Amino acid sequence: MVNISKSFGEIKANDNITFSVNYGEIYALLGENGAGKSTLVNMLSGVYTPDSGEIYVHDKKLRFSSPGDSISSGIGMIHQHFKLIEVMTAAENIIIGQKRSFIVRRNKLKKTINTISQKYGFKTDPDKYIYDMSVGEKQSVEILKVLYRGADILILDEPTAVLTPQETEKLFKILLKMKEQGCAVIIITHKLHEVMEISDRVTVLRRGEVAGTVNTKETNPKDLTAMMVGKSVDLSINRPAILKDEVMLEIKNLSLVDRDGIKKLNRISFNVKAGEILGIAGVAGSGQKELCESIQGLERRKRGLILFRGEDIARLTPRAIFERGLRISFIPEDRLGMGLVPTMDIVDNVIMKDYYLQKSLFLDREPARTRAEHIVKMLNVHTPGINHPVNQLSGGNIQKVLLGREIDANPDFLVTAYPTRGLDIGSSHLIYDELNRQKMKGVGVIYVGEDLNVLLSLCDRIMVLFEGRVIGTVDASASTKEEIGFMMLGGKEC
Amino acid sequence: MLRMSARTDCSRNEAILIRTGAIVLALTTVAFFIMLLGHNPFSVYISMIEGAFGSVYRITETIRKAIPLIIASLGISLAFRLKFWNIGAEGQIIMGAFGATFCALNFQSLPSYILLPVMGIASIICGGIWGAIPAYFRAKFRTNETIFTLMMNYIALKWLTYLQYGPWKDPGALGFPKIPGFTDNAILPSFFGLHIGWIIAVILIIVLHIFVNHTKRGYEINVVGESENTGRYAGMNVKFIIIYTIFLSGGLCGLAGMIEASGVNKTLSVEITRGVGYTAIITSWLSSLRAPVIAVVCILFAAMIQGGTFIQMAFQIPQSAAQILQGMILFFVLGSEFFIRYRISIIKDNKVEAEQ
Repeated sequence: MVNISKSFGEIKANDNITFSVNYGEIYALLGENGAGKSTLVNMLSGVYTPDSGEIYVHDKKLRFSSPGDSISSGIGMIHQHFKLIEVMTAAENIIIGQKRSFIVRRNKLKKTINTISQKYGFKTDPDKYIYDMSVGEKQSVEILKVLYRGADILILDEPTAVLTPQETEKLFKILLKMKEQGCAVIIITHKLHEVMEISDRVTVLRRGEVAGTVNTKETNPKDLTAMMVGKSVDLSINRPAILKDEVMLEIKNLSLVDRDGIKKLNRISFNVKAGEILGIAGVAGSGQKELCESIQGLERRKRGLILFRGEDIARLTPRAIFERGLRISFIPEDRLGMGLVPTMDIVDNVIMKDYYLQKSLFLDREPARTRAEHIVKMLNVHTPGINHPVNQLSGGNIQKVLLGREIDANPDFLVTAYPTRGLDIGSSHLIYDELNRQKMKGVGVIYVGEDLNVLLSLCDRIMVLFEGRVIGTVDASASTKEEIGFMMLGGKEC
Repeated sequence: MLRMSARTDCSRNEAILIRTGAIVLALTTVAFFIMLLGHNPFSVYISMIEGAFGSVYRITETIRKAIPLIIASLGISLAFRLKFWNIGAEGQIIMGAFGATFCALNFQSLPSYILLPVMGIASIICGGIWGAIPAYFRAKFRTNETIFTLMMNYIALKWLTYLQYGPWKDPGALGFPKIPGFTDNAILPSFFGLHIGWIIAVILIIVLHIFVNHTKRGYEINVVGESENTGRYAGMNVKFIIIYTIFLSGGLCGLAGMIEASGVNKTLSVEITRGVGYTAIITSWLSSLRAPVIAVVCILFAAMIQGGTFIQMAFQIPQSAAQILQGMILFFVLGSEFFIRYRISIIKDNKVEAEQ
């Protein structure tokens, strides 16, 4: 790719980017969120067209106007969110969209798939339905799909974001096999250790520009971070000791059956001490969301006890909990769909939880204005003003507004679900620091996370959920990623 | 090759320019249509304006037509703010008029200053309930409110037809199926040559503007309308908010029905709504749900209707020409939203090089 530029509105997503990938090489694109990685590969795969610049494949200048053009020139893209049809089998998904004869010859197809599988070391059953598959298996199908189409340039967008450490390892083995077979592999990631582990060369993007291209062997995580952020950053996360030994929240036998009759939580029991950060790990959809919403009072269909300083709050609505003087702050996973109102400005979002305490019929926005200004200052939110709609802020700043509001309420207890998802390193660390500050104040914290490295270094204990059950709780300072990853899969090797 | 890309930088002035352009385009398109009918579009348009605003009488008539439209649009805008697609204004107007007429026919001995407020309250309650029924089912069982409110329109209309041809038939009308006229104490008094419905409309515009922007209840409606989940998260009683907001929405439409029955028709008939319930959907959408804008848009729409009647007389053009114009304007304005959200640019086609 030579001198590629692309802008959305006034934002330059990519500015004069040039890079090249050789066959038989694993190449990493590294950058913070919003650095322009996804935009760049979307142009390579034909989803977007560049405003200017040229793309050469096999020394031929190409212009892609649709993903079809890109596929036919041998580029295969594996998106972060899988594009598979759940009710079809692996084989059916693989041949979708192919220009082949009208009649599908299943046996021949299966044979081809099995040959490709063997060549690269996949263990995929072509007749298995997608809805029966684990995330790792689904990803294998996605990769098989592009290989079947004859791709020899593979692009993987954040391939490990949804995988457990074990699955990641398997994926890496496959990628190395592909490299041996002479494919060009591009992986997009913001995880440094993966870059170090698997790639041959790495290009770092920063704010839509190339910050540098280096051979992986000649660099180290610290230098890469400095390139990503533009300055050197302290990568360590503090873990202050727990101050007092007082149980703040105790949950006993919490179960939840959802609208469709599916068991989401199954007799969960645990406790959180004042000034403790309890990490919750688990594959996506193991009951994390339901647990958080149960504690906050949103989820009404639950059974069991939720004791907050000895008082059962399991039957109370969020407002009833608030009125008892118990301050449970909640940072939901879905920031714009639940935590905030996207089209409203910061002031109207800040006022959201306590506006109803105002005596008058009319809404007085003055106190909220002061608080909004305070939050903007405290967390260094980049915004043109407090009357700016939140959906026009960047992901990190949106999260800061939400966190700011929840912390500004002086909570006794803080439930956070993926608070740093989609945030860059700088913003993430700001949030870890803020959580630690709350911890020092004696606030009990639940931290639902996906990055095991962060969970291990930030939390005091880590509880692992699997299919709505507690598999186990470990002491974070004495555990390893592998141990937790093993538990995340239900304690069974697969 | 044409390429479109999303834009977020569309300024307010630019948006107004694009929308105005859309209306001009609509007028141009209809101009061709008028030419096909064998008339000069300019003189037709000019006489439409004259017909709507040419004399004090015509202005009064235009505003008379705008009043129910404004009040119903205000009602609908409340529901739309909640993303509750209430297209049942028609039925709510009918039920409101029904409630008012019930009082007018049964409490004829009451003095006017008591009877009129009673009729107003009855109309709000009847229209409100007619809206709250689908709202209840939507809040409780997530039924589709669009279909539900639409069907409620037919029920209301048939109910009214039944009354007109059955129990409420005027015995003094020599077998002609009509409901008896209101007694004088059930008719809205006039003020400056027009029934006081216009004062009610002005008050409602101001009240609604304040309600939506400066009260706690209005704030809740805005939050829940944007995302029910956020509303629940903030501790609001989302179901209750949906039900009472749609009650208010239907109540306002019901009040429009009462004003129409008492101020204009002085009786109730199946023609009471004259399609106001559907036109109000268009006007409240075009005003982007803002109360002050609703007033302007509704007066313009009423002017089109009034002007349409006038060109029918002056040029023998069917009044439906004005309705085509309304439809065209809506079509173009909705289409222009695309240009507000996306930017179209032309890039040179380099395909040839790729094929080399």
